[in-house]
Amino acid sequence: MDLAVDLWNWLHEYVQFTIYSGVKALIILLPLFIVVAYYTLAERKVIGYMQVRKGPNRVGPKGLFQPFADMFKLMFKEIIIPTNSNRYLFLIAPVITFAPAMAAWAVIPFDDGLVFSNINAGLLYILAMTSVGVYGVIIAGWASNSKYALLGAMRSAAQIVAYEIAMGFALVGVLMVGGSLNLGEIVNRQAGGIGHWFFIPLLPLFFVYLISGVAETNRAPFDVAEGESEIVAGFHVEYSGMTFAVFFLAEYANMILIAMLCALLFFGGWLSPAPGLLGDGIGWLFGKTAVFMLLFLWFRATFPRYRYDQIMRLGWKVLLPVTILWLAVEGVAVYFKVGPWFG
Amino acid sequence: MFAKIHYYLKSFLFLELLKGMGVTGRYFFRKKFTVQYPEEKTPISPRFRGLHALRRYANGEERCIACKLCEAVCPALAITIESEQRADGTRRTTRYDIDLFKCIYCGFCEEACPVDSIVETNIFEYHFENRGENIMTKEKLLEIGDRYEAQLAADRSADAPYR
Repeated sequence: MDLAVDLWNWLHEYVQFTIYSGVKALIILLPLFIVVAYYTLAERKVIGYMQVRKGPNRVGPKGLFQPFADMFKLMFKEIIIPTNSNRYLFLIAPVITFAPAMAAWAVIPFDDGLVFSNINAGLLYILAMTSVGVYGVIIAGWASNSKYALLGAMRSAAQIVAYEIAMGFALVGVLMVGGSLNLGEIVNRQAGGIGHWFFIPLLPLFFVYLISGVAETNRAPFDVAEGESEIVAGFHVEYSGMTFAVFFLAEYANMILIAMLCALLFFGGWLSPAPGLLGDGIGWLFGKTAVFMLLFLWFRATFPRYRYDQIMRLGWKVLLPVTILWLAVEGVAVYFKVGPWFG
Repeated sequence: MFAKIHYYLKSFLFLELLKGMGVTGRYFFRKKFTVQYPEEKTPISPRFRGLHALRRYANGEERCIACKLCEAVCPALAITIESEQRADGTRRTTRYDIDLFKCIYCGFCEEACPVDSIVETNIFEYHFENRGENIMTKEKLLEIGDRYEAQLAADRSADAPYR
């Protein structure tokens, strides 16, 4: 034991920091991978149930090992690189999508003070990270040297630009109430029970955020970038095996991220709805996140895909004006210090 | 004016979307229709048209009289018949091949047969492992007929009132 302590102290300060951060990152990312794995199973199960089927139930008890079967299949599949594709970009694209999806988790507070990196511009950092992900999609579409992939990438780019704006403006509303870019502080501003949570004064912004969150992650009904019935699989047609799995992982990690941000920004994060009766805790955050995660699957099981021009219309001509209008309303509310939120 | 307000209210309150989600939400708790195939099977009609068989009479004599009606009616030209006169003066097939790759399982051969010799059984789970196994020879067809005669006879009699 002493030897271990000596060895630790013998290491340079920077090395210590690197190891310490690495371990902290693993503590966040490993559970995240497991949640992603079981989220895919939950998706297939939930959609199956809504279509009056049973869903996967063969691998292990009740199909519980299905994610591992899928994972091993993808790991052992050949990675095919199309001829005349840009080999370097083709291989770097999944990483460009994947890395920001993981990096965004650094500033997510799981409980009061329980955060990997408590930076002041947390929300800005998350907006930046989730926006970088789209470059991976665009590069993947370009590097594949395939018409379908390029079409998917173009659609994805235009869509994400459109919805990024509505999403950003919706978050401006949160900042106006929260008075901080730090996610932990935003949550703490919502203390005092369900009546103090931001979704009440910001209801329209919450819906805008949820809708553009679904659009940002390219999920149904906004999954025109994949659009399997029109352009096969969009930007990732040419990807197989592990490279495909990395895209897949990034998409699901982003969905969980959006769900968790919904819980943090609008539904009081780890705060309990009735502070006198029930204590706060990390369980509340996970519970709220799970509800939004289920919502993603529910949407996919229910809604048909939007037509592309309708997506653009919704983004630019509906969500954006609604957001700006509500920001003006909110400005007035802040000026007159309405309710418990704008105090 | 009123119609416009109505329209905006309808789209901004997500009423139709919520109705749709209500439908899928209800179906989530419905009883599932899934049939767990190898363990559970769907019921099979006596008219089911699966793998072919050649039947015999109760005394062991093969029914087929080499009239070649099945060969003539077969739309996929899957049946090949050669016949010869036997020592006792009756005409019998020397070769009766069905190419299962050509066969479309339409059941015309069964309908055309005047002596109920060529029939389609309710066997649908079979496979080939080598080239040439797709050709069902007379021996193979008769063997299937012998093995499943009880089932075949039961199916024919169940369907008899409607023929």
